[in-house]
Amino acid sequence: MKKLSKSDHLKIFSYMLKIRRFEERSAQLYGMGHIGGFCHLYIGQEAVVVGVLMTIHKNDSVVTTYRDHGHMIARGLDPKKIMAELTGRTDGYSAGKGGSMHMFSKENNFYGGHGIVGAQVPIGTGIAFTHKYNNDKNICRTYIGDGAMNNGQVFEAFNLAALWELPVLYIIENNKYGMGTSVDRAAAGSDLYKRGEAFGIKGEIVDGMNVFSIIKAADKAGEYVRSGKGPYILEVQTYRYRGHSMSDPAKYRTKNELEEYKNSDPIEIVRTEILKKKLATEPELEKISKEIIEEVKAAADFALESKFPSSEELYTDVYI
Amino acid sequence: MSIEILMPALSPTMTEGNLSKWLVQEGQVVKAGDVIAEIETDKATMEVEAVDEGTVEKLLYKEGDNNIPVNKPIALISGEQVNKSDTSENKNITTPNKEKQETSETLITTKKDEQEKVNLSKGQITMRQAIRDTIAEEMRKDKKVFILGEEVAEYQGAYKVTQGLLEEFGKKRVIDTPISEQGFTGLAVGAAFKGLVPIVEFMTFNFSMQAIDQIINSAAKTLYMSGGQINCPIVFRGPNGAAAQVAAQHSQDFSSWYSHVPGLKVAAPSTPLNAKGLLREAIRDPNPVIFLENEILYGLKGEVSADDNFAIPFGKANVAKEGKDTTIVTYSIMLHKSLEAAKILKNEFNLDVEVIDLQSLRPLDKETILKSVKKTNRLVTVEESWPFASIGSEVVNIVQQQAFDYLDSPIIKVNSADVPMPYSSELEKLYLPQVEDIVKAVKEVNYI
Repeated sequence: MKKLSKSDHLKIFSYMLKIRRFEERSAQLYGMGHIGGFCHLYIGQEAVVVGVLMTIHKNDSVVTTYRDHGHMIARGLDPKKIMAELTGRTDGYSAGKGGSMHMFSKENNFYGGHGIVGAQVPIGTGIAFTHKYNNDKNICRTYIGDGAMNNGQVFEAFNLAALWELPVLYIIENNKYGMGTSVDRAAAGSDLYKRGEAFGIKGEIVDGMNVFSIIKAADKAGEYVRSGKGPYILEVQTYRYRGHSMSDPAKYRTKNELEEYKNSDPIEIVRTEILKKKLATEPELEKISKEIIEEVKAAADFALESKFPSSEELYTDVYI
Repeated sequence: MSIEILMPALSPTMTEGNLSKWLVQEGQVVKAGDVIAEIETDKATMEVEAVDEGTVEKLLYKEGDNNIPVNKPIALISGEQVNKSDTSENKNITTPNKEKQETSETLITTKKDEQEKVNLSKGQITMRQAIRDTIAEEMRKDKKVFILGEEVAEYQGAYKVTQGLLEEFGKKRVIDTPISEQGFTGLAVGAAFKGLVPIVEFMTFNFSMQAIDQIINSAAKTLYMSGGQINCPIVFRGPNGAAAQVAAQHSQDFSSWYSHVPGLKVAAPSTPLNAKGLLREAIRDPNPVIFLENEILYGLKGEVSADDNFAIPFGKANVAKEGKDTTIVTYSIMLHKSLEAAKILKNEFNLDVEVIDLQSLRPLDKETILKSVKKTNRLVTVEESWPFASIGSEVVNIVQQQAFDYLDSPIIKVNSADVPMPYSSELEKLYLPQVEDIVKAVKEVNYI
């Protein structure tokens, strides 16, 4: 793996901060009634997707769960169109028909945004199947929440991926809770990364608060998969600061626990590293930070100015 | 005295078999449990064991003899040397006679609409061959098309529908899956999102329930949820509905389940001709298509189009028989029972029944139904599904709304009984719509 440059460091910092500011703004718009339905925020988990996506190749594919806003930002998608989707507008990635949990960008090989826990895992495995069928040397990164790791179809997908040596990297984002149920109350045997062992799938566990550890592990895992050796599992131990969704008061955990994780905040780790290595000064980082706030504000303004879908749109896109 | 060895029924729907190989000769002594022959059935080549002991007296068929009916004697064993007291009973080598369910010889001559337009092939093929040939033709034309499912490759298909495909297209495109419906269905949906054209074979549609979340929540809805970006060009196919005595969990009709869902298209062929036309349309359609075959019809023979681009557009019903007195709207296997009923109604009651074969259930050809009802003023719907919220229920709604004033009598729906499918053959017969039920319904709408 090549050494991370100054610009890599700043890119990591920017993306992680952009996700956080975007999600904070989403929470605000939700409170104001501009975003409806379910809305699952990514705050606290930013290092995971930014770390993994530092290792992605242009034509690799991605499939993820309903906690997808951060995944889209990290993939380089336009925050304006993401926010327009969250607010149900016609300029959104799904033209206002998908919402927070169901967003896609085919041109960026981003295949959702899936609302059914576990369903994205066979789908991601099928996208990997296509990469192999077409022999295009690309891989599919398939994200799985810890909650889905007790869902049967995940293991059916593991079996097929191993059996047919498919180029799929499974990334378990273990944020400790499937909604309000902690992993140790849901999963027998707590090491989720070992759950591929029965199928011969190698796995490892990574500190999900430290983006640099994630990049290193994701790079190694990605190249393993790309070399044709079949699937690989990365369990990333992370933490969400907010509730499961906007309507969750998160009473199932203590304030102390949350504060402990906040003390090792993933964005602070990056900031400290950049300053320590003298890759940027505090004022320079502050400037980036301000630009991001402006960008996110512009995204919110764009979304709120965008039109709601017309009534004819109700009946389009059912069939092609 | 001689004991007859009969052609055994080796599957629920087998009506005849081919004698692939004799493993004994005339004059040879056999013991119970000895393998005496290999029989090719509609599904596989099976070994047949002797259950009685004695000397093989005569082989009544040669190796390679085909289409030997079930329960026909194939060999004689002399039981005289056998020191057993009960040789007078239990002369069969296998299970008792099964009811002959598979329609192997019925010839379809009533596809009026289609025959007018189609350049038909010489000779007849079975529904099974028609489906197989269409898959092969489309796989030859488009490398993105592949087939996966349980036993589709090395086993040659649980119902022999995929016979020979592995040999022609190789294991990259003809793929055996584990018994893992949710997994391989979701995988196929992902492959379709990414641009391939999977044909998913469910060994029977009963097992599609294991995967129904992927069919509805993923395949049917993603085009809409992605604002038109990601389509799902996929075919889910396999036998649907009752076979013969496979009971509640293996005999269920899914036509109204899937037709309920916007984003899916649903087709249900009734003949080799429309099986080819509809399946080609399904494979070429950029949307997810549910293709409901019928196991009992797999052996049905008929002519097909000679054109390997022949396709039947969805949403187009076929007037299988014209008539003026009553309209029957039906599909799949019930087309054949309806046509039989129409003959009886003509001969015995001088009623001239029009029979409409829907062919595709979603989209549904409202125009053909309405046009017919406006002519006949009476309607009976016939289908194998349960009565509650069935395809017939939808047809009734369309007709009451758009042709209310044309109706001379209340519409009658003929469906299966509103119970799980029983095992016992007598109860099974009562469960399924029979010709006499259709005759009775048509008489009733005519106040006869």
